[in-house]
Amino acid sequence: MIIDGLNPAFILIVGGLLVPLLYGTLRKAFMLALPLLGIMQLWGLPYGEMGLIQIFDFQLVTLRLDQLSFIFTLIFFIAAFLGVLYALHVKDTIQHVAALVYSGAAIGAALAGDLLTLFVYWELTAIASVFLIWARRTQHAFRVGMRYLIIQIGSGVILLAGVVLHVSATHSLAFNHIGLEAPGGWLIFIAFGIKCAFPLLHNWLQDAYPEATVTGTVILSAFTTKLAVYALARGFAGTELLIYIGATMTAFPIFYAVIENDLRRVLAYSLNNQLGFMVVGIGIGTELALNGTAAHAFCHILYKALLFMSMGAVLLRAGTVKGSELGGLYKSMPWTTGFCIIGAASISAFPLFSGFVSKSLILTAVAVEHHWFVWLVLLFASAGVFHHSGIKIPYFAFFAHDSGIRCQEAPRNMLIAMGLTAFLCLFIGMVPSALYALLPYEVDYAPYTTAHVITQLQLLMFSALAFTILMRTGLYPPELRSVNIDSDWFYRKLLPAGIQRIIAIGSYYQPRLSARRQRRIAAFIDELYRHHGPEGRFARTWPTGSMVLWVAILLASCLLFYYQ
Amino acid sequence: MTASTNAPNSQPPVSPPKVPPKTADTSYWLDQPRNVEKIVHALYAICAFLVLLDLFYHKHAHFAFENWFGFYAGYGFFMCVALVLIAKWMRIFLKRNEDYYDH
Repeated sequence: MIIDGLNPAFILIVGGLLVPLLYGTLRKAFMLALPLLGIMQLWGLPYGEMGLIQIFDFQLVTLRLDQLSFIFTLIFFIAAFLGVLYALHVKDTIQHVAALVYSGAAIGAALAGDLLTLFVYWELTAIASVFLIWARRTQHAFRVGMRYLIIQIGSGVILLAGVVLHVSATHSLAFNHIGLEAPGGWLIFIAFGIKCAFPLLHNWLQDAYPEATVTGTVILSAFTTKLAVYALARGFAGTELLIYIGATMTAFPIFYAVIENDLRRVLAYSLNNQLGFMVVGIGIGTELALNGTAAHAFCHILYKALLFMSMGAVLLRAGTVKGSELGGLYKSMPWTTGFCIIGAASISAFPLFSGFVSKSLILTAVAVEHHWFVWLVLLFASAGVFHHSGIKIPYFAFFAHDSGIRCQEAPRNMLIAMGLTAFLCLFIGMVPSALYALLPYEVDYAPYTTAHVITQLQLLMFSALAFTILMRTGLYPPELRSVNIDSDWFYRKLLPAGIQRIIAIGSYYQPRLSARRQRRIAAFIDELYRHHGPEGRFARTWPTGSMVLWVAILLASCLLFYYQ
Repeated sequence: MTASTNAPNSQPPVSPPKVPPKTADTSYWLDQPRNVEKIVHALYAICAFLVLLDLFYHKHAHFAFENWFGFYAGYGFFMCVALVLIAKWMRIFLKRNEDYYDH
């Protein structure tokens, strides 16, 4: 049942908004059906540009399907299905609506053929996803959500500014290669970089993802950052700067991952590290490298979701995911343990698991271009990812010393979701040709050569050996109840402290000023309030806000009129 | 916006003390220290075997250093030790109490 020209994103967005009208089994069946219908719709669409809207001189392309957008849309639908299945037992309607609208928005963005459509969906992902954090309904989660929202919306505002500059320079809204030649390109690059968690712009990820609900984190882990990877691949492929940004991303977060106690936060750091590999691939920009980026994004969404699912199950059942409190859970949650190990082996790129067949495309592309230093950094990060994700996560949660916690195994729907995801990780690892057939360019690469299998096993087993020896000699840093300061320190500590200092200085000097000066300051503040206050002319949101609203209305009406 | 209220958590963590009788006093294979020793020794053996394999196949190297005997093994081992020791050292200036941001 393919509807001619219907944007598959609408199936999730509109369907998600209908969820509150349904109850019980019907609701569950409906939610599971939406991503499957979406995949069928995607499969039936021809490649090309659809959903065209003319606004003044500009052409909006609300649906552009080609090899690159196809693979990202497909994996987004698969992730949405697995996420819905994992969350099927949850009674909280808000979370279901948020998850479906958020996934739909990410798909809409991946299918956007012009920058304005991209911007609308870009902001919708931010707004829909924050409810997955707020759904924890604690003061703490509310504050985390606000920080997350400010940064995500901020990325959108920068994107819009970049788009305006870009359009005025090129007279085209088309979302194709952008490059860094013009200021507009730089702004768009930074907007993408925020969502992609570039170094120093990254900390919203580690701040927010571990604070979302058990099921919300699984959904969050799949979309925003990979949408940014897609956008970078579309707009900035071959930008050399990305090679170095990506290499930094692979190495820098893993030091934090080693000393982090919250195991979902460890996974957030390793998510950042995996994004680095994809960003390097985009920076190299050859067909092999871009294939590697697409393949790695595909595999990564699955194994990262699997790892977050297993830690979510631990959080649900044991009540905590702090390494310092856990241990010995394999006795209570054997299935979850097994699935977690499959996810760990996949992210570590063990032969027969999915990471092995995707990450090597990127490493080979780097080697072919003779970036020996970057290659060594990536090799270090590959060994390191096994160390902190592959070993640390399963070891401290399920093995290590027995914490004495005895709990139930995860709910059945969670186990089925984990089982399916684990199956996909293994299937891709064992039948890589199935994944390679979906990649944007022709693949001429054989992952299973003697040299590749042995060298990879050497790297990983000696990484395990290092862990074992450090553990047995007591050199390995113990899991401690603590937080580690990261770049969020600047806006969570330094900035508030600086503002308090200014207020303190102001309130000290203010009474000591002459009456005339005090009046002048008061008049100045009044003036500011008149222009920028709630009723002020500059505080009105007409330029961007109403434009976005009108574009959204136009998109919706286009959908309606199209079928008349 | 209801998110700011302190309504009961939609997914209350199930309290740990529920002991399913099956796992309460069963002894597990891994509970025996000598079995853990067996695993560690198996790991040593696997590592030794993998390094020796370097003598028997041809690497399709892109860089000269890849052809050094045991390059991947040594690199994996030493970089991981360095990773952990540097991260441990970073704790000196990065570690804060759990409630550091909570006021």
